[in-house]
Amino acid sequence: MARHWRAGAAGIAVLGLTLTACGGAKVGDSSSDAGGSGSSGKCGTFNLAVNPWVGYEANAAVIAYVAENDLGCKVTKKDLKEEIAWQGFGTGEVDAVVENWGHDDLKKKYITDQKTAVDAGPTGNEGLIGWYVPPWLAKEHPDILDWNNLNKYAAEFKTSESGGKGQLLDGDPSFVTNDEALVKNLKLDYKVVYAGSETALIQAFRKAEKDKEWVIGYFYEPQWFMSEVPLKKVKLPEYKEGCDADAEKVNCDYPVYKLDKIVSKKFAESGSPAYDLVKNFTWTNDDQNIVAKYIAVDKMTPEAAAKKWVEANRDKVEAWIK
Amino acid sequence: MTVAVEKPEKTRTAEPAAPVKETRKVSRSMVVGAILVVWLVLFAVLRGKQTLALAAADLTDLHRWFNDVNDSIGANRNSNPLFLYFFNEIRLVIDTLVTFVQELISQPSADRPVPQIGWLGVVGIAGYVSWAVGNWRVALLAVAGFTFLGLQGLWQESMDTLALTLSAVFVALLFAIPLGVWAGLSDRFNRIVTPFLDFMQTMPTFVYLAPLTLFFLIGPASATIATLIYAAPPAIRITAHAIRSVPETTVEAADSLGATRRQSLMKVLLPMSKRTVVMGVNQTIMAALAMVTIAALIDAPGLGKTVVQALQSLDVGTAFNAGLAIVVMAIVLDRVTTAASGREEAARGSKNRFLTWRRPLLGAGAAATAVLIHLSHTYVWAAEFPGEGGIGSAISSGADTVTTWAQDNLSGITNAFRDALTNGLLNPFQTLLTDSPWWLVGAALIALGAVLGGRRAGLTTAVCVGLLVGTGVWSDSMTTLASTVVATVLVMLLGIVFGVWMGRSALVDRVLRPSLDAAQVMPPFVYLVPFLALFGATRFTAIVAAVVYAAPVAMKIIADGVRNVPATTVEAATSAGCNTWQIITKVQLPMARGALTLATNQGLIYVLSMVVVGGLVGAGALGYDVVAGFSQGQLYGKGLAAGLAIVLLGVMFDRITQAAARRTSA
Repeated sequence: MARHWRAGAAGIAVLGLTLTACGGAKVGDSSSDAGGSGSSGKCGTFNLAVNPWVGYEANAAVIAYVAENDLGCKVTKKDLKEEIAWQGFGTGEVDAVVENWGHDDLKKKYITDQKTAVDAGPTGNEGLIGWYVPPWLAKEHPDILDWNNLNKYAAEFKTSESGGKGQLLDGDPSFVTNDEALVKNLKLDYKVVYAGSETALIQAFRKAEKDKEWVIGYFYEPQWFMSEVPLKKVKLPEYKEGCDADAEKVNCDYPVYKLDKIVSKKFAESGSPAYDLVKNFTWTNDDQNIVAKYIAVDKMTPEAAAKKWVEANRDKVEAWIK
Repeated sequence: MTVAVEKPEKTRTAEPAAPVKETRKVSRSMVVGAILVVWLVLFAVLRGKQTLALAAADLTDLHRWFNDVNDSIGANRNSNPLFLYFFNEIRLVIDTLVTFVQELISQPSADRPVPQIGWLGVVGIAGYVSWAVGNWRVALLAVAGFTFLGLQGLWQESMDTLALTLSAVFVALLFAIPLGVWAGLSDRFNRIVTPFLDFMQTMPTFVYLAPLTLFFLIGPASATIATLIYAAPPAIRITAHAIRSVPETTVEAADSLGATRRQSLMKVLLPMSKRTVVMGVNQTIMAALAMVTIAALIDAPGLGKTVVQALQSLDVGTAFNAGLAIVVMAIVLDRVTTAASGREEAARGSKNRFLTWRRPLLGAGAAATAVLIHLSHTYVWAAEFPGEGGIGSAISSGADTVTTWAQDNLSGITNAFRDALTNGLLNPFQTLLTDSPWWLVGAALIALGAVLGGRRAGLTTAVCVGLLVGTGVWSDSMTTLASTVVATVLVMLLGIVFGVWMGRSALVDRVLRPSLDAAQVMPPFVYLVPFLALFGATRFTAIVAAVVYAAPVAMKIIADGVRNVPATTVEAATSAGCNTWQIITKVQLPMARGALTLATNQGLIYVLSMVVVGGLVGAGALGYDVVAGFSQGQLYGKGLAAGLAIVLLGVMFDRITQAAARRTSA
């Protein structure tokens, strides 16, 4: 019981101390928060979906930065997976997706059928998908970069998961893969093993380069990891229009994806300057790689990364908001 | 942990029956052996036939039908009255609630750049409430814990997580406690509700995350509902259990004194089960915190977002820092609610003078807290947590260093272990399951279920096997089953070793317990990134992940069981000249048999709940199907089917092990 007394007394003492000590700034005194609302134009709120990969984050950060600072929009970023972001077009909770990789199924569903989304043109980035090997492997066995020679090395790629064949590490589940069909149709002595996440793929390649291990797997660019370990792409039979039409019979490389932007129909018709910004936004793979590197490797916040790039590339930004 | 409360009665009943069925047990294990031999022989003959394999991108009609249903809901959402007048109303209520709590403690509200109550106020409230419902020790822990969140540089994120967790727990309890009371009073309702609860707890969240946003839009409502679906069942189960465990004689006494049903509920049943009900609240809070990272995928604010974003660039340090904040919050909330449930007795035991002083002290505490709240509302220094979160960056870089060291120095040893386990145990077992004809595996499972669990368990198994075939992902289910069984065996090995150690020594228990709590609430991906570097994207990594998550539960239950072996029995054995090894193997473990079966049951269920995480690190099979279904529209139906398959595996195991447990103890 005495203990409780003491606790109470201590509490009151602390209280007294804090009361006497309280000078200090009051909430709402500072005028620092006036910056954002100063230039409020007709833009209003701009709901920007942020899909979970760094390249997308780079696009979103730059667009959000320009929309906030040049157009006076109030940008609400929403961290969402692709499917859910597209779903948000219909419910009015998402205005724009600013890096879309193909997704013909979603385009059909939301642009053609439900008519809740519209295409807002390419981002200027080109997306490559394919099979990659770590740089040391490409250097020591240059012929591995041609698919014709893959069977020669199959035994080297064996792992505990691949059941006696070479292991082809697949598997960011977010993306369509034809690899099982490719392995079968190109008669490769490989088994597709699903790593299951981008994290798992990156760790595999990172370790393979460091310890000179044999790894071949599904990957894509632009991707921030390429600036850490520049993976080399294996040449598959060339892509021709329609060669991937039948999922069972695919025997060619993945097409080059022209990454594009998708906006909700409502947003496109709103006359918001943010829509014009999204529509006009284009940049190169190098631009995106720089911002992605700021975020992923230099560990800058997306806002700081965007600020740095925008200040260095004012001319490009002017073209988007002219 | 969920069922840990049921354990005492089980161990109690385990004792007297032991000698009776020695003879039966021998014959049962022989039957099990015979089933396995027949299976192996037929496997050798029929290998590779009728395995029902389905390639990763292939779909069945059922999967396509699920897709169509999902699409049509999406397309008709805006014209359907069910949406306009039902789901939208629910969404509005929950959104308002969450936004209210957020503006109170985490988000800037209307015209203020900071929330209504700043860090000083929140820390004050946490300390005061913990003291009022618990004791001064947990109050100190709460103050220290919450201050630590600020020092980590994660104050706002933590408060967002706290706001969402509290709202979800509040809404969950609003339904769970009445439903639990009902299930406790009515056997029929209990039977009806149990499968639903199983479903809510074992269905992977990924499966219903996307449809939820269709029903309740992107925002706090969806995140809250996703959380409460997973978090409400423990409260319902434990409340029902609490009501049931009130001694019958007490209720009869109340009845004979002329109490109405209502009176006996309000004056007898509820007060007497209060302590256990609070344990249910505790479990609900823990389960809600386990959902933090998943809810971040649909834009739930808070620590989960920090973890997810850091992992996009494999920034283990930052992710670990945020994960640690979740652990700290979980430990604080756990200890406070545990203290609250134990408080009743403590108060009753102490002298009366305590009670006389308690009231004025509570008043004084409330006044002091009010002053702190006022300060934090008015002054910037008390509103925004001062400092740059230097401790947070120190923790991040520390975690990075440890990770790098482990990756550089341990991989040789770990790979040898991985290959031994994979080639020696996992691969043969998996081949047996996946390459046998489906009807052979099904028949073997049903026979095993019937022998181990009795006729009803056999029947349940038969239904589950039938439905598993119906889901169209039979082959993947068998792959997952193999990994699950191997993981459970490892969980039990660790559980017995550490559980016995903890049960025999209070000191070991106190030292290990916080790490066990941490392993249960730390978001898996934080430790999986280094595991991926050590073991690669393999089934083994997935098994390790499951073991890390499930072993603590098994350890806690077994420790509890060992501790409940009467001290006199152990002393008798000691005086009879038994050495420590003999005491453990001949006395403590056999007498804790009920706890061992319970630990197996919970271990299996917890392992199954990690199947999806396993799919993210190389386990493939059902886990990958679920994740891919979440990410790709055309695979949605298959993901749903895979989720159902996981539920079916869970129900099958649960019924068999529970029936087996009843048999060994009855």
